[in-house]
Amino acid sequence: MVNQGETGIPRPLPELEGLSGDFYGYCRDRELRFQRCSDCGQWRHVPREMCAECGSWNWEGERSSGRGRVFTWTVVARALHPAFQDACPYAPVVIEMEEGVRVLSEMTDCAPEELEIDLPVEVVFEDVNEDVTLPKFRRTAS
Amino acid sequence: MTDEACIVGIGETAYVRKPGSGLSLLGLQLQAAVRAIEDAGLTGRQIDGIMPFPNLGHAESFAANLGCENLRFQSIVWMGGAAPVASLRVAAAAVRQGLADHVLIPGGWNGYSGARARQTVAEDVSSLPGGAIARDYYLPFGFSAPPQWYSVMARRHMHEFGTRAEQLGCIAVAMRKHAQLNPNAVMKARPMSIEDYLASPMLADPYRFFDCCLETDGAAAVVVTTPERARDLGKEPVFIMSAAAGQPCPADEITNRKDIFQTGLSLAAPEAFGRAGISPGDVDFAQIYDCFTFEVLQQLEEAGFCKRGEGGAFVEGGRIELGGELPVNTHGGLLSEAHVLGLNHIVEAVRQLRGDAGERQVAEAEVGVVTGWGDFGDGSIAILRRA
Repeated sequence: MVNQGETGIPRPLPELEGLSGDFYGYCRDRELRFQRCSDCGQWRHVPREMCAECGSWNWEGERSSGRGRVFTWTVVARALHPAFQDACPYAPVVIEMEEGVRVLSEMTDCAPEELEIDLPVEVVFEDVNEDVTLPKFRRTAS
Repeated sequence: MTDEACIVGIGETAYVRKPGSGLSLLGLQLQAAVRAIEDAGLTGRQIDGIMPFPNLGHAESFAANLGCENLRFQSIVWMGGAAPVASLRVAAAAVRQGLADHVLIPGGWNGYSGARARQTVAEDVSSLPGGAIARDYYLPFGFSAPPQWYSVMARRHMHEFGTRAEQLGCIAVAMRKHAQLNPNAVMKARPMSIEDYLASPMLADPYRFFDCCLETDGAAAVVVTTPERARDLGKEPVFIMSAAAGQPCPADEITNRKDIFQTGLSLAAPEAFGRAGISPGDVDFAQIYDCFTFEVLQQLEEAGFCKRGEGGAFVEGGRIELGGELPVNTHGGLLSEAHVLGLNHIVEAVRQLRGDAGERQVAEAEVGVVTGWGDFGDGSIAILRRA
C-alpha cells in the first residue's frame, strides 16, 4: 500500500512526540520495541507513563521477537477517512505478539480474504518518509 | 427498591433525513427540551440543572434560551453515546443531594443535513478519550471510525462462539420491524427482510451497511427530579430504580484488553441490578444502544440477559421482537428509528412504562432497562419502573 492515495490526501501519521516518539524512533531503527516494566516485568502497549500492574514509573524499551499471530481484523470496504478511499478494500489487523501485547497494524503480503485467526506473522518496517517508519507484518516464513 | 429519582418529562423533535431539520444544532435540541419541560408540567425558568451531550452545546446556551432563573447545576459526562444514560445517574444523584430540583438532559444533532454522523470521529479523533492513541496507533493504518473499531470484536466473537451474520441480521430485522409501528421512525414504511440484510454491501467486514445505525436529524430530552417533587407535578412519574456507568480496562484503547469482550456495561450492569434488587429475568423490555448490531448482542450478554457466547442464539427466533421474551428497541433504535445518541432510547422506555407506546406497547410493561454505549466501549445502564 502506498502511503498517499490517488486523491492526494496524505495519510495521517503519528505525532513523534513523547512516548510515541520513542516507539516510532525504535521503528525507524528497524527495531520493534515495547515498554516493559523494570520492576514487575510486565510488557505493555500502547506506551504508558506508568505500569498499570505495579505502579512503577520505570520501564525499558525491550526488543520484541517481532513474531505474533493474527488475533482479529476488519476489512474496510468503504473508507470513512478520505485518505484511505483509494486503498479499499484494506484490512486493519490486530496482532497478538509473543510477548502478549497486541498491535494494530496491517499485512504487507496477505490479501484481506486470505487472513485467518492465529495466522503466524512477523514484523517488517515500512518507511513513510524520513521521519516516520510504520511497523507492518507479513506471514512468517515457514 | 431505591427509586433514586424519577423521569417526569420527555420530548422529541421530528426525526428526519432529507431535507433536514431546518434548525440549528441548539435550536433543534431546544425544541426537544421545551417539549420535555412542558410534558413535565414545568416551565423553563424552573429548570435549574442541565446536562448537555459532550461537544453538542453548553448548559449556559440552553439556560439563556429557556429562561432558567437559577442554573445551579451543570455537568457533562464524557462517555460518548453512553452519556445520556450515565447522565440519568448523575442527575438522579444531583436531585437526591439537592444540587438541583429539575435537571434537563438534552441531546441531538443534524447528523444527516449537517456534519454527517460518520464523520464525527473518522477524521478528527481528538475528542475521544485517548484521542492521541487513536491518532498515533490507529489512524496511520486506516483504523479510523467506530464500525471498524467495533467490528474487530464482532469478528473475534464469531471466531470464539460461532456467532453468524444471520444472527446479527436478526437484530437489524427486529429493529426494522419495530420501526414499522412507530410514526416518528425514519425507516417506517421501509421494511427489511433477512435477505435484504444479507444482500447489503460490506462496510467494515463483518459489518454490512445494515449493521450500522442511521444518520438523521433529530433531538430528544428528558427531565429528572425527585419522587417528592414528581408527586407535586401531578404526573405519573417513571422511577429510576438504579443507574450505573462503567469503563472497560483500559478504556482508552480497544485492542489490548485482557478480556476483549469486556465493556463498561460488564461492570455497571451487576451494580445496577444489585441496587435495584432485581435480575435481568425480571425485565419486560430493553432499549439497548444499537450503534451497530453486534453491540446489541454484546450488551445483552454483558448485561446478563444471556451468557457470554449465547447472544447469537438469544437474538434468534423473534425473542427480541415485540411479543418475544425480551422486546429490544421497541421504537426501532438507532438502526431504524433515528440516531438520537441514545436519548431516544430513554424516551421510548418512559413511553412504554407510561403505557403510551400505542401499537408497539409491551403488554403490562412494569420494568424496563435502557443502556448506553460510547467511545471505545464505555457503558451505562438504567433500570426504570412504572409508577
